[in-house]
Amino acid sequence: MGELKLMKGNEAIAEAAIRAGVDAYFGYPITPQSEVIEYFMAEKPHERTGMVVLQAESEVAAINMVYGAAASGKKAMTSSSSPGISLKMEGISYMAGAELPGVILNVVRGGPGLGTIQPSQADYFQATKGGGHGDYRLIVLAPSSVQEMADFVKLAFDLSFKYRNPVMILSDGVIGQMMEKVELSAPVPRRTEEELIRECPWATTGKPAGRERNIITSLNLDPAKQEQHNIHLQEKYRQIEASEVRFEKFHCDDAEYLIMAYGSSARISQKSVQIARAKGIKAGLLRPITLFPFPKDEVNKLAGQVKGILNVEMNAGQMVEDIRLAVAGKIPVEHHGRMGGMIPSPEEIVTALEKKLIGG
Amino acid sequence: MDEKLYKEIVSEENLVYTKTSLLTDKVLSYCPGCGHGTAHRILMEVIDEMGLQKDTIGIAPVGCSVLAYEFMNVDMQQAAHGRAPALATGIKRTWPNKFVFTYQGDGDLAAIGTAETIHACNRGENFLIVFINNGIYGMTGGQMAPTTLPGMKTSTSPYGRDTLLMGFPLKMTELVAELPGTYFVTRQAVHTPANVRKTKKAIRMAVENQVSKKPGLSFIEIVSNCNSGWKMTPTQANQWMVDNMFPYYPLGDIKVDGNKL
Repeated sequence: MGELKLMKGNEAIAEAAIRAGVDAYFGYPITPQSEVIEYFMAEKPHERTGMVVLQAESEVAAINMVYGAAASGKKAMTSSSSPGISLKMEGISYMAGAELPGVILNVVRGGPGLGTIQPSQADYFQATKGGGHGDYRLIVLAPSSVQEMADFVKLAFDLSFKYRNPVMILSDGVIGQMMEKVELSAPVPRRTEEELIRECPWATTGKPAGRERNIITSLNLDPAKQEQHNIHLQEKYRQIEASEVRFEKFHCDDAEYLIMAYGSSARISQKSVQIARAKGIKAGLLRPITLFPFPKDEVNKLAGQVKGILNVEMNAGQMVEDIRLAVAGKIPVEHHGRMGGMIPSPEEIVTALEKKLIGG
Repeated sequence: MDEKLYKEIVSEENLVYTKTSLLTDKVLSYCPGCGHGTAHRILMEVIDEMGLQKDTIGIAPVGCSVLAYEFMNVDMQQAAHGRAPALATGIKRTWPNKFVFTYQGDGDLAAIGTAETIHACNRGENFLIVFINNGIYGMTGGQMAPTTLPGMKTSTSPYGRDTLLMGFPLKMTELVAELPGTYFVTRQAVHTPANVRKTKKAIRMAVENQVSKKPGLSFIEIVSNCNSGWKMTPTQANQWMVDNMFPYYPLGDIKVDGNKL
């Protein structure tokens, strides 16, 4: 068993990054995730593992520092919250185009605009449908506990290097700010330069006599070449969809009604399932862990079993569109959401289930 | 040329110059008469002469030199517009023993990338910025740049740059020289053999600074021409540069070994 600690989600992800052998973090403060960079700075990871931590002049600069380090094969990450993530979208699109690994944490707050500093899930579309310009996808992981904030760092880096694609950890203000018990993995050392060069033969690490120069770019002036690149990227996304779907089921085996939720909404919805079952409603919860790739096959399968699906999100209804696509009209799919930093109660979710699907 | 005469001139014992292997054989995409080719050449020559190819990581910008990685035979990354100093920061911080440079134009460095430039300089990042200033956006077709001279005509200042409406040309090099994070700041040109030699010497000094881990950033502005954008012949453009650009952007060292001159 690893070391047990009581930590905020924002602290857990920073500690986990140091222990996972991450090479660099570049960030810029924004509520509700400033504890990430504060924790890093206080921990002096340079002394612990040699990890670099730098406060950039902007979110734009921070993501481009990640680009530079990643293009040289380093495990680099950044974090921000919604308005700051919008600024990072330029760099994220370039990383997707240049096929660079890297991890971006979004501790989502309410929007649009400056919005609120309170928790929200209003960035689902931005995270899963592109967000920046061009046809690209991020792998999107949605932690629903402080433990998953810690565990998903390693998972995110493994996936991002496996597919040479940026990975977003789409968290929210609840998960970032709340304190929970977290089991921390034993530290692993950062890769040596030799290991990095072996594992990332594509990286710009300086051209030795024996190989061609490595170039990292997202530019193809020839449209035929760019289309080939687009086709290659799309094939990669289809491969990710085929191999990397992750979800968790709670009381789904005999469920007649399904709640779907991720992140903190899923935590709240677990309680709603228990309340509903105490009232005699056979409810279950399907929690997507990967938002892209979306567990559409599992949703489609469950649509043959349950009478209806209630989507619960802290937004106006974003994932509900993916659910409806997966269900393809087989059963009713409704949405219950709160916005602007308001958090739904377990009881109001049960009420929404009764009113919108059961007909109470 | 007479074949016999040609063979006589290009004989082994008369060879005084060969192209560095750090330039690829790709035909340059730059307009005939442009200074980029010369700037590329001397930068690559210095890296070659110092045996640094295996340790060099360069950053190409957005602009005319966006394809610099096609011509420079070193590992290179291509940056989003203006972000090259942020990329270089990410590289140099995680690979402190590599030689890292950015190669940027005036629109890239002095407009959209002003924040990245100033802050990389101010943090004293230990890399080299080569800044090509031709006072115009060349690649996009000759629009006004932050460094366009007062009164100068471009496609977005067709009646000449009116400083009351469009602001003043930005002297980035003087500006960054004021920052404690810069170690070597100079302004050069590559329009004559003498200037090419001076610029190459400056590049050599900047590379040596970085390799010997001198504290701070080296910043080399190369005032250059844009005969296409300025709508002149190459010779006219060079003369115009001497007559108009140099008075506003005077050549010479501004800061050496961390000390302003």
